[in-house]
Amino acid sequence: MKAVFDNENPQIVFENGILSAKILGDIDHHCAKYVRERIDSSIFEYKPSIVLLDLSSVDFMDSSGLGLILGRYNTASEMGAEFRICSPSSGVKKVLELAGIERIIKIEGDLRV
Amino acid sequence: MKKAENRMKLYLPSLSINESMARSVVAAFIAQLNPTIEEISDIKCAVSEAVTNSIVHGYRYNQGEIYIGVKYFSDRTVVIEIKDKGCGIEDVKLAMTPLFTTDKTGERSGMGFAVMQTFMDRLEVWSKKDKGVRILMEKKLK
Ligand SMILES: Nc1ncnc2c1ncn2[C@@H]1O[C@H](COP(=O)(O)OP(=O)(O)OP(=O)(O)O)[C@@H](O)[C@H]1O
Ligand SMILES: [Mg+2]
Repeated sequence: MKAVFDNENPQIVFENGILSAKILGDIDHHCAKYVRERIDSSIFEYKPSIVLLDLSSVDFMDSSGLGLILGRYNTASEMGAEFRICSPSSGVKKVLELAGIERIIKIEGDLRV
Repeated sequence: MKKAENRMKLYLPSLSINESMARSVVAAFIAQLNPTIEEISDIKCAVSEAVTNSIVHGYRYNQGEIYIGVKYFSDRTVVIEIKDKGCGIEDVKLAMTPLFTTDKTGERSGMGFAVMQTFMDRLEVWSKKDKGVRILMEKKLK
């Protein structure tokens, strides 16, 4: 099964048990609510074995992004899914490192070709 | 007291849609100093933290006014002041502890002050219960 929702933030693709959510633009408190609801409802709907948060199109993130990431990690864990992040920009990486996120969540490098 | 080379003031209602506007306006102002990408990114993040706190905690989704003042000096020091007249903080030292949050939704990490502290060279916070919050941040650009 494959589901794609176009032009939506985040772009969600479900394929081979992997739910990938590509966030577009800044992550702040203002946009976090909508992004969170879409990811959580997709996790409940597709019951993936892996949830991948693709940060390749995010230039800016503040601590609201940390809350968003940790919250989705919790949702995924409760649903028995593995949770990963990929392709943070240098600015985003700095915030992730400050919070020690890599001790809890696997961060993959740049997956862009 | 040395004189600022340039200054700006911004008053915004505490709407979450203004979070990106606030950090972008400050970034545009600071751009006059030709900062590095990392310096711009650090300052945007610190401003976003302070403004979001005023919106989320200070005014708790009621509307109020947020003041943002920025100035810079000839030695390339940028000084940013952010104020709200919201509910204030009872114990500022506790609030500034990394991971401390009064949020009950589980969607906040309690890292906002840690970001401001790490990304700026100086951070000072004044507050009293029901008296709002005043934040002063400083960063010396290369
Ligand atoms: N402007 C403010 N008015 C009232 N309380 C505040 C204000 N700013 C911060 N606080 C208090 O200080 C605490 C810590 O703030 P901090 O920004 O570090 O974390 P947070 O906002 O709770 O979480 P995060 O920023 O990681 O999303 C808040 O939970 C809140 O109780
Ligand atoms: Mg905060």
